[in-house]
Amino acid sequence: MFKKQVLAVSLIAAVWNITSFGAFAANDEDARLKAIEAYRKQIADGNPSDLLAMEGEELWRTPYGPKNQSLERCDLGLGPGVVKGAAAKLPRYFPDTGKVEDLESRLMTCMEQLQGVERQKVIDSPWRKGEKLRMDKIVAYIVTESNGEKIEVDMSHPKMKEMYELGKRMFFYRTGPFDFSCATCHGKDGQRIRLQELPNITKQEGAAAGWGSWPAYRVSNSQFWTMQMRLNDCFRQQRTAEPIYGSDATIALSVYMAANGNGGVMLTPGIKR
Amino acid sequence: MKPITLALAGVLGFATPLAWAGNADLDAKFKELVDRSFKTTGIAQKERMIQLDFQKLCSALEAGEKVDPKKIEELRQAQEQTIRWPSDGKFLGNWKEGEKIAQSGRGLTWTDNPDTVNGGGCYNCHQMDQKELSYGNIGPSLSGYGKLRGNSEEVLKYAWRQIWNSKSFNLCSSMPRFGDAGILTEQQIKDVMGYLFDPESPVNKNHK
Ligand code: HEC
Ligand code: HEC
Repeated sequence: MFKKQVLAVSLIAAVWNITSFGAFAANDEDARLKAIEAYRKQIADGNPSDLLAMEGEELWRTPYGPKNQSLERCDLGLGPGVVKGAAAKLPRYFPDTGKVEDLESRLMTCMEQLQGVERQKVIDSPWRKGEKLRMDKIVAYIVTESNGEKIEVDMSHPKMKEMYELGKRMFFYRTGPFDFSCATCHGKDGQRIRLQELPNITKQEGAAAGWGSWPAYRVSNSQFWTMQMRLNDCFRQQRTAEPIYGSDATIALSVYMAANGNGGVMLTPGIKR
Repeated sequence: MKPITLALAGVLGFATPLAWAGNADLDAKFKELVDRSFKTTGIAQKERMIQLDFQKLCSALEAGEKVDPKKIEELRQAQEQTIRWPSDGKFLGNWKEGEKIAQSGRGLTWTDNPDTVNGGGCYNCHQMDQKELSYGNIGPSLSGYGKLRGNSEEVLKYAWRQIWNSKSFNLCSSMPRFGDAGILTEQQIKDVMGYLFDPESPVNKNHK
């Protein structure tokens, strides 16, 4: 299986590139400080997501579901109950499920295992209502606890490497009546749709800015959007079929974006126009 | 007429099949991933996730895979075969209607319904009327299009073909195939052409 070996080597090379930002530590730190400064200015009057995050913390601690349990024993990757910094290291491979999970799919796992809330119930819920509204609040709480942390996605597990490659394919996958892929809008520097600037997600800087500033509060419609919602709306603009909530395509894309952004900074929840 | 150049520059490489780097295992996993991750919602059928031949080739090319330039040229020529010229031989419609089409980015999403009138969303990617400040830059500026190029049959045919099927010039163009993919009707394309070429259109009137 000569071909497979060659691919394995090039995979390692690719992953090496992604994780070797240490070489640019000085520049990184500069960019990091600048980004934090800009964000501080933005939230000087208070982040509109604060209230949601407070409600989310309450939900995290309150027993719920058929098993009447709280989420306090949920393991987001840093051990049961550890929330601080956890979102900055997601998505990650979880040995207990044998899967790569992003924040929302991991929370669904916890809700199912600890509280007995069926995954499908969350998936089927309309946006910003019922189970999804609970999810939004809990997500707001968890990402607030990673605000200012370094994006640090652990790419060492083979399943993470595989998800990265699958996510990259998804990112460049042109399809549908407009022939668009994510790369059509997010694959070059300095691109705009109307006046909306689009980060170049194929590069570290753009990936860090794009990935690291979601979930976010959108001032234009006074809505809090999780990353799953962000991706759903980009697919909608792309004119594809609809991605299923928490599906592997969305997780693979998230791995691709987060790993490309490794070394950047989480400014979450973000504030968007 | 504007010379028709193919975007082949920089495309190196040798003949490989349409697959990515010959990794059949990952190809199969990717196919399964797409299949279990998407669903039909409203008018956005799950079938939209099936790639056309050129979409597949352009995905590989844009992700940095090696693609056979002969294959690119072959598929581009096939796109040429899709061009249909205006049935009554008239290229130019009503620029006022054309302006609405250029402004509207509606249509074909799963939140649209079957009788949503599709827009062209031209302003998403192009500058057109210089007085409209909200324009994107994925495509070149089209301000003063008719004023600068005149309206010889060659020029009209070039623009029509670009709008009908941009892929007939540049296989991996970012611009949708408005005619070929049925996004706009023949009449809508005429109106948008009017918007580009009519001397009274703000695209030309406001061009400085
Ligand atoms: C047709 C254009 C288009 C396509 C295709 C597209 N996006 Fe977007 N994307 C946008 C726009 C416009 C925004 C800014 C959104 C807003 O605030 O409404 C955006 C925002 C984003 C952001 C947040 C960036 C930031 O800095 O706030 C991410 C991340 C993102 N897109 C990822 C993707 C991914 C992944 C795909 C493919 C599944 C994709 N996009 C496809 C247009 C697109
Ligand atoms: C998603 C981006 C996008 C959209 C939407 C789009 N275009 Fe384009 N357009 C391009 C790009 C990129 C080019 C450059 C040539 C190429 O790559 O096909 C282009 C080129 C053109 C040209 C040829 C310019 C020249 O050099 O002579 C015309 C005419 C044109 N577009 C008209 C339109 C009209 C009319 C619409 C709306 C109905 C439209 N475009 C929508 C991206 C777009």
